[in-house]
Amino acid sequence: MRTLTRAVSVMSIALAATLSTAALAQEAVTYATDGGAILDAMSPALIKPAEKSLGIRVITDTNADRYPPLKAQVASGKPIWDVVDFSAGYCARGVSEGLLEPLDYSKIPNAASVPAAFKDTHSVGLSAYATVLAYNTETFGDNGPKSWADFWDVKKFPGRRALRNYARPMLEIALLADGVAPANLYPLDVDRAYAKLKEIKPHIAVWWTSGAETTQLLVDGEVDMLPLWDGRVSAALREGAPAKFTRNQAIMENTCLAVPKGTQHKDSALKLINSLLDPKGQAAWVKEYTTGPLNTEFAKYVDPNRLKDLTTSPENLAMQVPLSATWWASPAGADAEKRWLGFMQN
Amino acid sequence: MSDLPLEQQIASTPSMEEAIARAERAEQRMYLLLFAPALLLVLLFLGIPLAILAFQSFREGDSFTLMHYARIFQEPIYWRTYYDTLEISVIVTLLSVILGFPLAYAAAVASRRWSALILALVMLPFWTSVLVRTYAWLVVLQRRGIINTTLLNLGIIDQPLSLSHNFVAVLIGMLHVMLPFMVFPLYAAISKIPAELLQAGHSLGGSPAYVFRRVILPLSAPGIIAGSILVFILSLGFYLTPELLGGGKTIMVSSLVQRNVELYLQFGAASAVAMILLVTVCIIFWAVDRVLPVEKIVGMR
Repeated sequence: MRTLTRAVSVMSIALAATLSTAALAQEAVTYATDGGAILDAMSPALIKPAEKSLGIRVITDTNADRYPPLKAQVASGKPIWDVVDFSAGYCARGVSEGLLEPLDYSKIPNAASVPAAFKDTHSVGLSAYATVLAYNTETFGDNGPKSWADFWDVKKFPGRRALRNYARPMLEIALLADGVAPANLYPLDVDRAYAKLKEIKPHIAVWWTSGAETTQLLVDGEVDMLPLWDGRVSAALREGAPAKFTRNQAIMENTCLAVPKGTQHKDSALKLINSLLDPKGQAAWVKEYTTGPLNTEFAKYVDPNRLKDLTTSPENLAMQVPLSATWWASPAGADAEKRWLGFMQN
Repeated sequence: MSDLPLEQQIASTPSMEEAIARAERAEQRMYLLLFAPALLLVLLFLGIPLAILAFQSFREGDSFTLMHYARIFQEPIYWRTYYDTLEISVIVTLLSVILGFPLAYAAAVASRRWSALILALVMLPFWTSVLVRTYAWLVVLQRRGIINTTLLNLGIIDQPLSLSHNFVAVLIGMLHVMLPFMVFPLYAAISKIPAELLQAGHSLGGSPAYVFRRVILPLSAPGIIAGSILVFILSLGFYLTPELLGGGKTIMVSSLVQRNVELYLQFGAASAVAMILLVTVCIIFWAVDRVLPVEKIVGMR
């Protein structure tokens, strides 16, 4: 009787041990991201292959507003999320508020082909979008404004204009219009930027807030030229807007990947990040969804016809200007942002 | 005439009173019970969130602070925005009285069929979302919108007029949304004015203007004030219409709240901005109540 009991307990311990090793092998990593079309496209292209090659389970947690929960999770000491993506401003903020683990780049070999402007000690770029200059072809034909300086030239290019009702990236645009070289943009000369914006202010018919608004402004011909996001200009063109756009001096912003401080699965988190930056996976991603993968190697695996429309094709990267989220997260950036409303009211 | 009934009456009075008081108490209890779900709803979905908002406006990180309020008092942009918001709300209120009065008056004096039609037309926009109505105004007013295209085709103008994305467009959009809130209280007040009073006024030799000034206007004042309070307070919190029709140039308090939350993640600052607007509204309401008691205006007593 006793031996039987012992046999059973030995067996159950053995069973428990096997189960737990199985559980260890099937480690789960939680990835917090946006939901919707972008995830639908990302899932088969990047997440499923990552699970397969790494032998881990990736739980996606969709949440549109991820910064506040991240902050709460890190404060609790045991974050639920192991990998999180943000627009770059939040990564920069996360670094300054001490919410992120430093990244060990030796474990993320794919990050080597992410341009330096889009990675730092604690976060690495996932994809990029750009604020481009679009113009109405009914007003200007094919000879519309080609640079921000042209946008400011109300004599050569008369017409109604719109700008974004937000400091970022309008200050960059103003400085480029004023002749600052892209390489010398940061730290931004805020006074000079606002002075330049003041110049154009009387000629601005609409200060836009939402991306949807910009598509409508272009489709309806409400304004003759405006800076807007490249995804929005494609949407407007699909809707038949009489418009063209240039990526010359377009301001590039990006989304970033980061690991919350105190994660229990740091190794797997880094492996997952590396897989999300897999060039072939990133190439598969843009088949279904228009975005700008930041592992520049992806371009090798994309149809050239498709490639020219993407934010991060080699050609487009060369003529666009990356925005520094780190500068905007700095005290100077925060001050510059706060000045905006006062600028609008005067 | 015996003494008995009187005696009985005297004796019965206290118990009668008691019975009546009991019945009244029971009735009040029942009212309270009936009233409880609504009260609970207001407490849960208005009271508690407001309390959280108030709490949040004094917090930064994990400590209590007055910094959010201090900032509002120090930075002129906040004052400017409050002033602009009040100004727009006053203008919208005045315009809605001017536009709403003839409408309400027509609905009150017209035959039943016409009156139903007028009220239905005022009511109609109520059934459409504010967003849709605002976009509809954009379609009408914008550079290649209905008005400009028509005027251009008729050769009346040769350059499109700037009708949208400015202050006038904001006023038009807000008025359209607010008009029903003015017309209905006005209609209620005007339709209560006895026709005999107007006849008396006219037959005693009062000119139409005189009758209007001395009879109609004073008697419809409760409606005007009730409508004005509604329109004014609702206007203070407008967000969509100024944001979409104003081209970003008309900044109201709600936009400040939105910017603080969405762009700067400053929940404390946003809460403080909202609290000050709430307090401002309460002060205005209290001041109006001092001059013209609200119960009297809306005819509760």
